[in-house]
Amino acid sequence: MSAFLLRRFGQAVLLLFIVSMIGFAILHLAPGGPLSQFAAGGDMSQEDLDRIAEQLGLNRALPIQYAEWLWRMLAGDWGRSYRDGQPVLHIIGSHIGATLELMLTSTLLAMLIGAWIGILGAIRRYSLFDSLATIGAMIALSIPTFWFGLVVIYVFSVGLGWLPSGNRYTIGDGSLLNQIHHLIGPVMVLALVSTAVWSRYMRSSMLEVINQDYVRTARAKGLSERSILVRHAFRNALLPMITITGLHVPMLLSGALVTETVFTWPGMGRLFLDSISYRDYPVVMGVLMLSAVLVLLGSLIADLLYGIADPRISRSG
Amino acid sequence: MSVSDLDRAAVLPPERLWNSPGFRRFRRHKLAVFGAAAIVALTLACVIGPWLLPYTDTYIDIRARFALPFTGPHILGTDPLGRDILARLLMAGRISLAVGFSAMMIAMAIGICIGLVAGFYEGVVGAALMRFVDAMLCFPSIFLLLAISALIQPSVASIVILIAATSWMEVARVVEAQIRALKTREFAQAAVSFGASHSRIMFRELLPNAIAPIIVAATLNVAHAILAESYISFLGFGIQPPTPSWGNMLESAQSYLTSAPWLAIFPGITITLAVTSFNFVGDGLRDALDPRMDLP
Repeated sequence: MSAFLLRRFGQAVLLLFIVSMIGFAILHLAPGGPLSQFAAGGDMSQEDLDRIAEQLGLNRALPIQYAEWLWRMLAGDWGRSYRDGQPVLHIIGSHIGATLELMLTSTLLAMLIGAWIGILGAIRRYSLFDSLATIGAMIALSIPTFWFGLVVIYVFSVGLGWLPSGNRYTIGDGSLLNQIHHLIGPVMVLALVSTAVWSRYMRSSMLEVINQDYVRTARAKGLSERSILVRHAFRNALLPMITITGLHVPMLLSGALVTETVFTWPGMGRLFLDSISYRDYPVVMGVLMLSAVLVLLGSLIADLLYGIADPRISRSG
Repeated sequence: MSVSDLDRAAVLPPERLWNSPGFRRFRRHKLAVFGAAAIVALTLACVIGPWLLPYTDTYIDIRARFALPFTGPHILGTDPLGRDILARLLMAGRISLAVGFSAMMIAMAIGICIGLVAGFYEGVVGAALMRFVDAMLCFPSIFLLLAISALIQPSVASIVILIAATSWMEVARVVEAQIRALKTREFAQAAVSFGASHSRIMFRELLPNAIAPIIVAATLNVAHAILAESYISFLGFGIQPPTPSWGNMLESAQSYLTSAPWLAIFPGITITLAVTSFNFVGDGLRDALDPRMDLP
């Protein structure tokens, strides 16, 4: 197990290295590069721009710039924002909480509802409920998240007036209830896709388990149907879901970006979008790297948990 | 549908093709048939529709601003400038569908080539290519799309290339896995022993046998590309007005959500319909082309 862990960790580090190279190359090879932000102001002479390039080290060869950036980054210095001079890590740190809150809540919700739909669909295969769930999941996967967000705002905020149309809390009212009230809309939107994914995979995982020998044994022993489903089938059907959840992180992050934009949620996605508009390269690079880290962490943790949850999997080889 | 099925399908007369096992499986998949019909209808409407309407997508009827849908001469109402929503929707459909298809073609070309090479030359080349694929998959696709689209001058062509450049990885993975499995089969070994060139083995022997999962991936890829276009256009970095696209119609509708909700409703429904249809068809094709699903 530890050998497997070590190798898996090594792979992740290598991947992260490649990821950083791709990200750095994309941002610096694009027309203009980081200097374009200063050039866009229009009131700078070429000498000014040259001096800025000199001071920021942007006039050196790209590999050298990359090596320096990587070195500083590993030392914990992710640079300073072009916009307000704050350290990038500090800026990201003040936004990541809102995003994680949104992501974790909707994942939890999606797991509960998705698992329930999936199990019911598997037990009553080809029933009306199952067909509707299948179609519903397919449509949920196809609806543009931002449009669903607009619909939710229109129905629940504009029409019914039940939910606030944005922000994390009302200014001056930091109570938990107020925060939860603001969380409902964005979570509904972000959880939609995850719920669809969970219900689909839960259904097929459950169908696979239901036909296993140990379920037949349990049934032959005369256990109640409820106990068979919960103690024998469900627990085993959950195993593959660990992997699904781990691999779902990129989709969740993408969804969070869009949801945060629609609901003016002060998270990483909005930060990324704002930084892009300002061409705030250090922050853009920081968020890109952090999202890659989260994605890798997701699959790494999923692998780990799977190993713990399912001792049959030998990872020595 | 196995390879031989597919080969036969290519030479079958239409009525025999319609009754071939793969096609029967597809037809039994009602949602896939619905999806295929919807795609055809939507494409026809977008191609022919604008000629049949009395308004063009850019005709400004300033006295009919914010006309309600289903009430006057403007069937789906008008936007803040008095432009006909239906005309704009259909013209936008041309752009959005064209972006979806072209991005898919480019993404497939990249994905197939990389998957072929990585699967055929395992070893260092294959490992290096697949690690590159893995690394690209570490970026949530929207983040990468936005990061690049903000830096370049957005145009229809650049958006197509961008979407393709960020959505070929799944295809590469599918093709790589297929090629690696097919490579060990007898017909491939036979080709090697005949002394066939590497490119001949890859493109004439291996690739045609991996066509089923490629077709499925291509269909799902169109759905993904249409969604991706709408996302970046909605966020303001994609197709720029006055060229209409489903995504940027929604972006401009956002400010009138309370006063003119129909501006947001129709493009949203159209995107959902288009994407759902491609997903349904992809699902149906997967069932139809997967020999393990061979039911009596």
